[in-house]
Amino acid sequence: MIEETKRMGMERFFGSYQSLFFITMTLFIIYPFMVSDYYIDVAFFFGIYALLGLSLNIVLGEVGLFDLGHAGFYAIGAYTTAILNTKFGVPILILLPVSALAAALFAYLVCSPIIHLRGDYLCIVTIGMGEIVRIALINNPFDLTGGPNGVYGIDFPSLGGPFVIDSSIEYYFLIWLVVALSIYGLIRLQHSHIGRAWNYIREDEVAAGASGVDVRHYKLLAFVLGAALAGVAGNIYASKLMCVSPESFSFWESCLMFCIVLIGGMGSIPGVLIGAAFISLFPEIFRPFAMYRMLIFGTVMILMMMFRPGGAWPRKRSGIEFTSFLTRKDRRRDG
Amino acid sequence: MVDSDLRNTQPIVLETKNLTKVFGGLTAVNAFDSHVHKGEICSLIGPNGAGKTTVFNAVTGIYTPEKGHIIFNGSYITGHKPHHIVAAGIARTFQNIRLFPNMTCLENIMAGQHCRISSGLWGAVLRSSRQKQEEQETRNVAESRIRQIRLWDYRHELAKNIAYGSQRMLEIARALATNPTLLVLDEPSSGLNPKETEDLMEFLTGLINEEDITILLIEHDMNVVMGISDWVIVMDEGKKIAEGRPEQIYHNLRVIEAYLGSDDG
Repeated sequence: MIEETKRMGMERFFGSYQSLFFITMTLFIIYPFMVSDYYIDVAFFFGIYALLGLSLNIVLGEVGLFDLGHAGFYAIGAYTTAILNTKFGVPILILLPVSALAAALFAYLVCSPIIHLRGDYLCIVTIGMGEIVRIALINNPFDLTGGPNGVYGIDFPSLGGPFVIDSSIEYYFLIWLVVALSIYGLIRLQHSHIGRAWNYIREDEVAAGASGVDVRHYKLLAFVLGAALAGVAGNIYASKLMCVSPESFSFWESCLMFCIVLIGGMGSIPGVLIGAAFISLFPEIFRPFAMYRMLIFGTVMILMMMFRPGGAWPRKRSGIEFTSFLTRKDRRRDG
Repeated sequence: MVDSDLRNTQPIVLETKNLTKVFGGLTAVNAFDSHVHKGEICSLIGPNGAGKTTVFNAVTGIYTPEKGHIIFNGSYITGHKPHHIVAAGIARTFQNIRLFPNMTCLENIMAGQHCRISSGLWGAVLRSSRQKQEEQETRNVAESRIRQIRLWDYRHELAKNIAYGSQRMLEIARALATNPTLLVLDEPSSGLNPKETEDLMEFLTGLINEEDITILLIEHDMNVVMGISDWVIVMDEGKKIAEGRPEQIYHNLRVIEAYLGSDDG
């Protein structure tokens, strides 16, 4: 009898999302102490792609705007950090919000005139925007970006004091702390009027407008927030590599972010994590078959689109969701 | 129901003056004048292509008219953005249902309350007390509206999965959730079976009696038009050709001509 209750308790524990959450958290915390630096770095880049995926997920997943130039925002964040740090010696962690703001401002200025474009038209313009950023960086405007060689000698993240992040394990915790905070904020947004407004626009723009949603405002907000998060990713990336160069922000990078959102499922945060894991871990796992990597990658993408067009973990819409325990809204009266 | 004499005693809710909308070389709406009075059900009828939906789209801000004015509750709303017009108190439905298909019925209705929310980004991220209160209010309004259309049991169902007739009602409920003073319905009975049409008519007359609301609708089903309208406006080729009480319109020669063609046509 007691055995049975115990077992049911166990089942409930392992069956619930809470337990999944806590197990994952524990694994994340003990992981870097069990593996070599190489694997910590793999997990670091998983974190970078997760952050980039989350940032594009706002624009592509939540609002349904095809943005294939997201690497442009990422580049703005990285170069803001690189230039202000190497030329003026501003500490990296202070530049974290600065990079976010710079990318957000850039997104606001660039996207304001194009925000009314729909579907593939917007897609083409964003491709152009991403490419213009990359080419501008190569052309070394005002002798700031260092041309094709980029900017070298970026500091370790610090606030200027004795506390400095300089080991793989500390970078690992930095990026995943930022990812965790972003997820927390984004889940709250998803469950607020803002998240709903984004989804209304994705589902039917005209109906959203006719129901009282300021379509233009919410589309711009999505771009600005997405760019800000990409800027944060750029900041951490720049200080990790200690150098930035235009080739890190190519069209291919935008495509990878697009794939992350599509593989995971549009508008799904757990989906983004799965997508980012796939994109960042895939090249590592298939390193022995490096020659056939793209072949396998392409095949997987095609099979995904054929058999799971909604993504690996599509967002479920019902009264109670995976995220509800974080938002404490699942104890709603029912009936 | 408002008598035609009584009609004049009620204030005007919506007025269009010389409303003109041109698409390329085609004048879809040509110098269209109309009045809708408070508390009535006003029907806009006419053959296909008469310009009825264009009038609706101009009134709800989806199109900007080339000429003329739209006056709602005494203020000019010509050329305003759709969400401003919704906030001012005009809510609409569409001829071919436009719901948010992959969202739940409750979320669909909650869209209506969006324009009443004033908290912003930080309110949503930090969950301020005002944001919580507004969220609760949104939920309450949506829940009472979904009870009103008797779809409570389907509230967590995706909108695309419910029956066609229910989708129509859901769209009306979404419009009602904006707390409108004027409800604009574009062919609410199209695609409904006779029983559902009957229920819809009952629902709309109930709405007029119980709430402080005015209804303007486009309709092709003459049973609905004659059954519930207080006032009928007839359009043909972008112009108003007649208006009056339903029984007057029923016998109007020009209206019959517009629908059936004249003898020498």
